[in-house]
Amino acid sequence: MQRYLLTRVVQSLFLLLGVLIVVFFLVRLTGDPTSLMVAKEAPAEQREAFREAMGFNRPLIVQFLDFGAGILRGDFGDSLHFRQPALELILERLPATFYLATVALLLAIVIAITIGIIGGSNPGSAIDSLGRALGLFGQTIPNFWLALILILIFAVNLGWFPSFGRDTSISVVLPAVALGFGSMGQLVRLTRSAVLEIRNEDYIRTARSKGISQFKIGARHVFRNASLALVSVISIQYSYLLGGSIYIETIFSWPGLGNLLQQAVDGRDFPLVQAIAFFISFFVIALTLLTDVAYALIDPRIRYSS
Amino acid sequence: MTAATPQVGFDEFEEQTWQKRLAYVGRLLQRDRGGMLGFILFILIVLTAIFAPVIAPHDPLKQNLRAAKQPPAWQEGGSWEQPLGTDTLGRDMLSRIIFGTRVSLTVGFFGVLIAGTLGMVSGLVAGYVGGRVDGAIMGVVNIFLAIPYLVFVVVVAAILGRNLLNVILIFGITDSPIFARVTRGEVLRIRESGYVESAVSAGASTGRILFDHILPNLIGPLITLATFEMSAMIFYEAGLSFLGLSVPPSVPSWGNMLQVGRQYLTIYPWIATWPGVAIAITALTFNLLGDWLRDVLDPRLRRSRK
Amino acid sequence: MEPILQVRDMVTRFYSVDGVVHAINGVNFDLYEGETLAVVGESGSGKSVTMMSIVNLIPQPPGKVEGGQAIFSYGEMAQDLLQLSEDEIRHVRGGQIGFIFQDPISSLNPTMTIGSQIAESMTEHLGFSASEARSKTVELLRNVGIPDSERRFNAYPHHFSGGMRQRVMIAIAVACRPKIVIADEPTTALDVTVQAQIVDLVKRLQEQMGVAVVWITHDLGVVAGLADRVLVMYGGTVVESAPVDNLYEDPRHPYTIGLLKAIPRLDATGEAETEELEVIEGVPPDLYQELTLCPFAPRCGYAFDRCWAEVPPLIEVGVQHGAACFYDVERGGPRNGS
Repeated sequence: MQRYLLTRVVQSLFLLLGVLIVVFFLVRLTGDPTSLMVAKEAPAEQREAFREAMGFNRPLIVQFLDFGAGILRGDFGDSLHFRQPALELILERLPATFYLATVALLLAIVIAITIGIIGGSNPGSAIDSLGRALGLFGQTIPNFWLALILILIFAVNLGWFPSFGRDTSISVVLPAVALGFGSMGQLVRLTRSAVLEIRNEDYIRTARSKGISQFKIGARHVFRNASLALVSVISIQYSYLLGGSIYIETIFSWPGLGNLLQQAVDGRDFPLVQAIAFFISFFVIALTLLTDVAYALIDPRIRYSS
Repeated sequence: MTAATPQVGFDEFEEQTWQKRLAYVGRLLQRDRGGMLGFILFILIVLTAIFAPVIAPHDPLKQNLRAAKQPPAWQEGGSWEQPLGTDTLGRDMLSRIIFGTRVSLTVGFFGVLIAGTLGMVSGLVAGYVGGRVDGAIMGVVNIFLAIPYLVFVVVVAAILGRNLLNVILIFGITDSPIFARVTRGEVLRIRESGYVESAVSAGASTGRILFDHILPNLIGPLITLATFEMSAMIFYEAGLSFLGLSVPPSVPSWGNMLQVGRQYLTIYPWIATWPGVAIAITALTFNLLGDWLRDVLDPRLRRSRK
Repeated sequence: MEPILQVRDMVTRFYSVDGVVHAINGVNFDLYEGETLAVVGESGSGKSVTMMSIVNLIPQPPGKVEGGQAIFSYGEMAQDLLQLSEDEIRHVRGGQIGFIFQDPISSLNPTMTIGSQIAESMTEHLGFSASEARSKTVELLRNVGIPDSERRFNAYPHHFSGGMRQRVMIAIAVACRPKIVIADEPTTALDVTVQAQIVDLVKRLQEQMGVAVVWITHDLGVVAGLADRVLVMYGGTVVESAPVDNLYEDPRHPYTIGLLKAIPRLDATGEAETEELEVIEGVPPDLYQELTLCPFAPRCGYAFDRCWAEVPPLIEVGVQHGAACFYDVERGGPRNGS
């Protein structure tokens, strides 16, 4: 168990190092990053001064070590646009993104698992059809378009929810629905197929032979086993939501990381872009690690057999 | 439960000819309404893309400020001259949607072609050679998969700049790790199967095993994956366009249209509506097709899914 | 003595995409209080499906019980189980009729403690509180031979060996003191040494509780020391039904005769008998076809024209002894009136 955890931690550290390398070299993909960050029309002396100031004229390896050492110290560089440390900006925006992604995920989980278990237990029923439709639409309706349609209907026409910002407690509703819709579809599909599979397991027949009610079989026997299959998927969906909120945050002017990334990309503020990309990847890696740990704790078979 | 297992008769072993297989596929299509719908839509979409100049009623780029901002024909002020209305510059929505098919399919097709080729080759090498080569390839693959896909694509697109070739390359490269992972998994699974082991022990050469045993078994899962990934790429391309990071604004792509539509969402909602519908229908098509292909191409699933 | 369960003309079919599987084609049998009835047949003969059909345990769809009766009577009560709603039959299942399945590894929920899996049916049917059910469960675990039962209550199935898990399954089956226990090949998946222990355990519990046991098996060999009566099934029908001694000494159906010749026997000295084992030629019946003839006719050396034209009913050939055959093996010719 401890050895397993240790291996996973070391693996995650290597992944982080890899991400660091990728992020560092990405902005050098087209050669000198100066050309990315400074307008082409700028006079040569200005470009040279910028190059000097950013240290882009040093050998690549020195730049990389400097970059890595900075990150170890918590120095992610300064935003060109905001003229303040990238880390400050990120930490400022982080809670909003976490909040949005969490609400979206919870919404998706509650709806998807309920529909998935009830539908999967009664194939062909109305709820099952609803689940299948949700599963299909979740994968086929782009969330940025769904966001626009939701604004059109619920903000503009009905006026129930605000169409942008984070000023009231119900501001989160539309962005969360738009963001979580795809995950909901994915989770419904998975829950449904897990339930269909579990329904054929011998231990469900045993439960039926004991005369346990359909509801209790669903809530106790099916749910427990399905949730094992869902834990890892939910974690993947969460990292997807954290990293995927860029459209939604932009559309709803949600003051989160995705919005910041969009602004940084728009303003060619690449130090900030680098920092955000690294940070989001860091969260995703950490989340995966946590999931594996949680898995080892939840599943009695893993816990005892190691 | 044993009684439900049908007795295997000798007629199951009759020889398979191409005609019989084709007839079998036909029967599978008849049986699966979703697959049938996906198949028909797919053909229609491809034809639309190829014959766009013939089908489109107007030049998608031609501006006509006098006819600008016209609603769809069935709304007040609309005309059948422009059945789906016009955008803010008076360009015909229907024609632009039709030409948008070209951008989406081009990105999807070539993106998947590149990603599939790169991924399949590296996955094959990793899975077949094993050892350190496997470790190195999968290490890189895992690093790329650790960076949230959307963030990755957005950053690379921002660095490389807006043109069709760049967009295709971005998707082709960033999506290849998924193909590599699936290929490697399949190769390992096939390698451990009894028939490959017996072929190895019978002294078959590496090339023979690769071409006779492994490649034929890879085609099914990879084609299925390609279908789903094509759908995902069409999504992501639209998303990039929507953020202003894909093809130049002059090109009639669905994402570009959506971006314009977003700005006029409350006044001229149809401008944002149609491209979204087009994306959703295309994604639906590829998903239905993918689901069906998975059934047809994966003999392990074929029996259980019918 | 009145039978506790009377099954009449039961028909079960499975509607698969490939066609209709005629799994059970008019099964008749009685089960008496406290007795052990062995149901013997090869896979596909319908022995499990018959028992599952009685308590609505077959998967539906594709399965469907399409006809017949299963009268369950105890005390003053008599009810046709096939007419009950799912909610009514549910309380018979587990409450009055317990099940032991073949594979104790897959038949227990891997994510629930074994104690809670036993206690569950007590709270469901007997209305026990959680603590009552817990103490009864611990008692029951001890009774089925699981040492240290207090602590084992919280163990998960994968902590147990196959034999121990089967003991847990047995505890589940008898948790509510049912009138009938249906044991579906309960020893097939176990080691030979464990098999005997499980058989002994079931017999002991049967005596303690006075429960009738239906023992489903494909192995006529284990039946001898176990059963009071035997039901031989073939092609979804009962082909012979007899007290166990009669069946071994005086089998009347050609299929039963063939089966008995296929069992290796040890004589009194423990030496294997030199007599050669025989196999029954041919393949099991195609269940996709509706049954219009004797299901065994294609493999039967005695078959004559009538066997190919109609399905033989169970004909009384002795005391409590029935055989579904138009041919009288004793006399060596078609039965009277055939």
